[in-house]
Amino acid sequence: MQRPIRKLLLASSLVFAASQSYAFEPSRTAECIAPANPGGGWDFTCRSVGKVLTDLKYIEGNVQTVNMPGAGGGVAFAHTVSKREGDESLIVAASTATTTRLAQGQFAGLNSDQVRWVGALGADYGVIAVASDSPYKSLNELFAAIKEEPTSVKFGGGSAAGGWDHLKVLIAAKADGVENLPKIKYLAYNGGAEAITQVVGGHIQAFTGDVSEVLGFVESGDLRVLAVMSEERLPGEYAGMPTAVEQGIQAIAPNWRGFYLPAGISDDAYNWWTETVDGIYASDEWKAVMQQNGLMPFHKSGEEFTTFVNQQVQDIRDLSIEIGLIK
Amino acid sequence: METISYLLQGFAVALTPENLMFAAIGAMLGTLIGALPGLGPANGVAILIPLAFSLGLSPASSLILLTAVYAGAMYGGRISSILLNIPGDEPAMMTTLDGYPMAMKGKAAEALAISAIASFIGSLLATIGLIILAPILARFALQFGPAEYFALFSLAFATLGGITGKNPVKTIVAAALGLMIATVGVDITTGNQRYTYNILELYEGVDFIIAIVGLFAISELLFFIEKHIGEGAGRATLNKLNLKMKDIIEILPTSLRGSLLGFVSGVLPGAGASLGSFISYTLEKRIVGEKGNFGEGDPRGVAAPEAGNNAAANGALVPMLTLGVPGSGTTAVLLAMLISLNIQPGPMLFQQNAELVWGVIAALLVGNIMLLLLNIPMVGVFVKLLSIPPKYLMPVVTLVAAVGIYSISNSALDLYFMVGFGLLGYLLRKLDVPLVPVILGMLLGPEMERNLRHALSISDGDWRILFSSGLSIGIWIVAFLGLALPYIIGPVLRRRMERARARLEVEEEGD
Repeated sequence: MQRPIRKLLLASSLVFAASQSYAFEPSRTAECIAPANPGGGWDFTCRSVGKVLTDLKYIEGNVQTVNMPGAGGGVAFAHTVSKREGDESLIVAASTATTTRLAQGQFAGLNSDQVRWVGALGADYGVIAVASDSPYKSLNELFAAIKEEPTSVKFGGGSAAGGWDHLKVLIAAKADGVENLPKIKYLAYNGGAEAITQVVGGHIQAFTGDVSEVLGFVESGDLRVLAVMSEERLPGEYAGMPTAVEQGIQAIAPNWRGFYLPAGISDDAYNWWTETVDGIYASDEWKAVMQQNGLMPFHKSGEEFTTFVNQQVQDIRDLSIEIGLIK
Repeated sequence: METISYLLQGFAVALTPENLMFAAIGAMLGTLIGALPGLGPANGVAILIPLAFSLGLSPASSLILLTAVYAGAMYGGRISSILLNIPGDEPAMMTTLDGYPMAMKGKAAEALAISAIASFIGSLLATIGLIILAPILARFALQFGPAEYFALFSLAFATLGGITGKNPVKTIVAAALGLMIATVGVDITTGNQRYTYNILELYEGVDFIIAIVGLFAISELLFFIEKHIGEGAGRATLNKLNLKMKDIIEILPTSLRGSLLGFVSGVLPGAGASLGSFISYTLEKRIVGEKGNFGEGDPRGVAAPEAGNNAAANGALVPMLTLGVPGSGTTAVLLAMLISLNIQPGPMLFQQNAELVWGVIAALLVGNIMLLLLNIPMVGVFVKLLSIPPKYLMPVVTLVAAVGIYSISNSALDLYFMVGFGLLGYLLRKLDVPLVPVILGMLLGPEMERNLRHALSISDGDWRILFSSGLSIGIWIVAFLGLALPYIIGPVLRRRMERARARLEVEEEGD
């Protein structure tokens, strides 16, 4: 019994040494963890990127999507940190929701530097909208009313209190010089569409969410977009929507879609994945996916992305402390 | 006109080969589940939910499979009622009254065929009712603010007594238990954690699919183990079918009346299929009067309750789809499934998920035709399946449940939860505490809480907002009636149902 095991160990250490001396060779198959149930945004990120990875032959075999819901991504994050260290064929879908929860310490004390951030492949930008019969015609007017009486405008969005939809309002309000941010009322709904219905029905005054959520309602004439929170106007059918920046409010809120990798992987592997993400983003296949699903241009990878994530975590942490959500 | 074009779209979804197959499988399994004494439609659907997850079905396919099971169970319940005088499920109880005497006279095949046709008519008419009524109700969508939703969920809880209640205190205990379990997780109104003890898996609360599978399916297994039920229900023989056109025409008016009554009692939250079949039967008896020989094997006595309970089953989908308030125990289970698929039922469903809703409605129509075909020429197969000993069946059920639950989130903790809920379900059933209120508490509790807090947030703390619109006042009135009526009328009805059955048994003994 002893001998075969020793042989096996020897063989595997040889293989290990061999793989070290060559540049990273991706495994035949890969795994993508979507930290939510099928049907959500992360599930979409995994499945669409997985398909492009295979189609473009980055990965020879299949990219299997594994759904791991729980704690808004926390279960998958903890799993990646504690059980998958050094696994070079694993990617995990992430978005601004991930950084928000990391910033607010909602992943049971885990931090953003316990994984390797590889890149983002598009974004959905924040938007603030009102019903089409609302008296507010611009973001400035809306915030003017709030400055006068903080409870006069109730915002509704699809994330929990303190979540990204709530934070967008605060980011914009802060940029416009609104004081007393904790007084701004935010109602949490199960999803963007539910909140929009409440705005259109006249039960609450304003909607905060992502731009892809409002498009149908803007086209049907139910909603008026006061501001999109992007650097510049968005392309295509979104071109008619004004930005916050245009109105003198420096508020930018991308809800990016990207990935992280487990810690403990080789630099070669990290670089391979970074280049792969760049390659996917530049491909026609991915452009078609973005077009079909209303994803907006947004791309960062490698070091730049890691810096961006850390900055976003820091900004959200500061804002959350300011509104008294965390200490 | 809009409705028709939506319905055509729905057929485009329902008639894909894949979905046709799922409808057929669901109809088969549903009929089987309905036929097996003890396994009712709620259990049947609960058992198959994990199957839908482990197969990784799309939302539309999952729902088509499960509604087909639901419809099938309503058909299947009558088989053991007629052949063995044991109702396959509660709504099929009234069918024993005339179905079994018919079988005793050697007309079992005719009774089965007549009941299948009546079931078909009931289902068909109720589906048409659903098609007409649902979009009208859904149009109220925008009027529903948090105050109205709060009133609506209160209505759902108020009518609980009607769905389950033999013992009001036990119903309240069960609902409170569900509400308590529902508070676990992150409170989305404030972002605070409640009862999570820093366990990441608890942040999003307890998944009600796991609770349902545990409470219904696993506890069923425990009961089987306890009772040592190893043998199948007795063998039943079937005569050769001899059904004439005249016989079918004779039961047509009965079936139409039964369908209408059944549909109405299904739409009313809290009434459900048992009431549908009961009212249909008693009314038919009164209309036919002396001319009939009810209780001695009158075909109309088979047609009326079957049309009634199938119509009620489809009628119960109306409040479930349009308002998010289940009309019966089984629709509560279906509601849980919808929410797990990221589909929020309620007034917006028809606008946001038109394709899915209409796909399911179209599948109901298609499934109904399949069920008719399955249940007349192939009824012999189900009769044979009745004699399969449960000792072979239950392990399969458990296996499917475990694999399905694990495949939802790849978490072993979920399996422990499932077993835990199984034990809880076993205990509750031993104590005669109904299970459906537990599920409803878990499903509707968080929504109710959130809407109350939203309403008060909007009004800056003024409680009068809860009664500030005509719609909310109307819902409150219905809720009050729903709370009061079952306690006034319910016992009377239930006593009558039992008396009718008791009388029949006495007469039998007298023969």
